[in-house]
Amino acid sequence: MATKKFMYLNRKASYGTAYAIESLEVVLIAAAFEQDVSLAFIDDGVYQIVEGQNTDGIGMKNFSKTFHALGDYDINKLYVSAESLEERGLTADDLMPLVYEDEDDDWEEKPSVKVVSNAELTEIMSEQDVCLSF
Amino acid sequence: MKFSIQINEGPYQHQASDSAYQFAKAAIAAGHEIFRVFFYHDGVNNASRFTMPPQDDRNVINQWAELDIKNADGEPELVVCIAAALRRGMLDESEASKNGIEGNNIHPAFRISGLGQLIEAGIQSDRLVVFGD
Repeated sequence: MATKKFMYLNRKASYGTAYAIESLEVVLIAAAFEQDVSLAFIDDGVYQIVEGQNTDGIGMKNFSKTFHALGDYDINKLYVSAESLEERGLTADDLMPLVYEDEDDDWEEKPSVKVVSNAELTEIMSEQDVCLSF
Repeated sequence: MKFSIQINEGPYQHQASDSAYQFAKAAIAAGHEIFRVFFYHDGVNNASRFTMPPQDDRNVINQWAELDIKNADGEPELVVCIAAALRRGMLDESEASKNGIEGNNIHPAFRISGLGQLIEAGIQSDRLVVFGD
């Protein structure tokens, strides 16, 4: 099967609507198809990977820990919009320290998350074959 | 060109399914192929055969059914995500009996399948077009 560049564009917060969790379900299934996968977090989507989420008070499953598993599925390109962070008073330090082990570099642990400007993100998006927007 | 379509919103509440239908109809009329239409999120509600709009309104479900999008084996290529469907009370005959539930509501022009079908549509098609918020 052909390999294409797939980008999952996450634009909504983790809770409030089902978009975020159902996007993550697609990403996990997609891992089995051995495509070139990347994720982008823009607008309220940046809240999906904020560190220290707690859903005890709202009766919902806290799925934020699932993002830590992405590295094991070779999904290690997570782009976060710098502008979207700034608009919400957030910085890179507020995000979960998501990592992957680089098999080409003696399995060294490297960060998966990269904060980029919207202009850079536009460039990355234009290189994709398929963009799924959630 | 070979198109696939992803629909993320339910009927009547949101125009996504209507717009996608108009797009699909126009694409077919222009000689393009619709490889697959994949219903996700609340979009799974577009497959309910119990949908009963008033007589002077369009029937979104029947419109899709009439497009008759099938593959070479004659199977429907209007595909409803199984995980999204089950948690929203959308069941076909097989899922209903598996779960000991009487009755089923998936229109026969649609079929239930997994998310892999969405990824495959992205790989096989020249364009995957997403309709929703």
